[in-house]
Amino acid sequence: MADEITFPIEAGHIMRFAAAIGDENPIYRDAGHAEATEPGGVIAPPTYAIASAHFDPDVARPLPGRPWRGSGAEPTGTPAGPGTDESSRGLHAEQRFVYHRPVLAGETLTVRRRPGETWTKEGRRGGALSFREQISEFFDADGDVVITATMVGVTTSRAVDQ
Amino acid sequence: MPLNASSLSVGDTHSEVVVENLTRTQIVQYAGASGDYNPIHTDTPFTKEIAGYPSVFAHGMLSMGMTGKMLTNYVGDGRLTAFGVRFTRQVFPGATLTATATVEAIREEDGQHFVDLAVSTTNQEGQEVCKGDASARIDA
Repeated sequence: MADEITFPIEAGHIMRFAAAIGDENPIYRDAGHAEATEPGGVIAPPTYAIASAHFDPDVARPLPGRPWRGSGAEPTGTPAGPGTDESSRGLHAEQRFVYHRPVLAGETLTVRRRPGETWTKEGRRGGALSFREQISEFFDADGDVVITATMVGVTTSRAVDQ
Repeated sequence: MPLNASSLSVGDTHSEVVVENLTRTQIVQYAGASGDYNPIHTDTPFTKEIAGYPSVFAHGMLSMGMTGKMLTNYVGDGRLTAFGVRFTRQVFPGATLTATATVEAIREEDGQHFVDLAVSTTNQEGQEVCKGDASARIDA
């Protein structure tokens, strides 16, 4: 993850994100409706901060000319060998957001990320578990924090039992 | 409509079915909207043959996002001050999820009223898939 990214809050992106979580609240797609609400405009849904991934150059995504670990002709596009499936052992364990104010369509936020704590635990379903915290602060144009996001990722030593 | 401190009681609950029969297509839709293209959510050959899971499964953040829809429907737009969950079980295609908020406390700080909620989302078998808490500004 990049340490600092610029995150433009776009109305069309909010509309598509709200559609993807099945949220039909018009405040996410209808500017006329949104103007008459308490926030006064189209706002981002509570978990929208996660979509800053689109603006992070380090987030894994298929790119032309680069190997991609997902399937093409074969089940994986990356060479077999130790560690091939390591990245698929990473799961999202916890997520927390603190909201200082609603985020409005049209503003541009600056996201600064830093590592938090790390710890390990013996799990029942996935073997040894290694936890890693990442803290992202979302600043507005005035330099005020509008969202603080804490992500806890876990890497399991094998696929989680069902 | 925002909630009012005067009409809330500890133990009050609000519950919504946030998705019925979750489709693979919605998981793909969420991958595109969120920017999380991890193939374990959308790519069956990779997920079964390389990652070792029985099927693709939803992003934890999709479950949290759908749980957040229940919260904003309950507390009103732009009212949440905090929302956090632990992901306790994977959510597979076909899942029907019910999200529930339970009032844990009603408090006042510097003249502003807040509600603290316990949050739990369960699948069609009653198993919890995410669990956490939220807080929101409310009116007097």
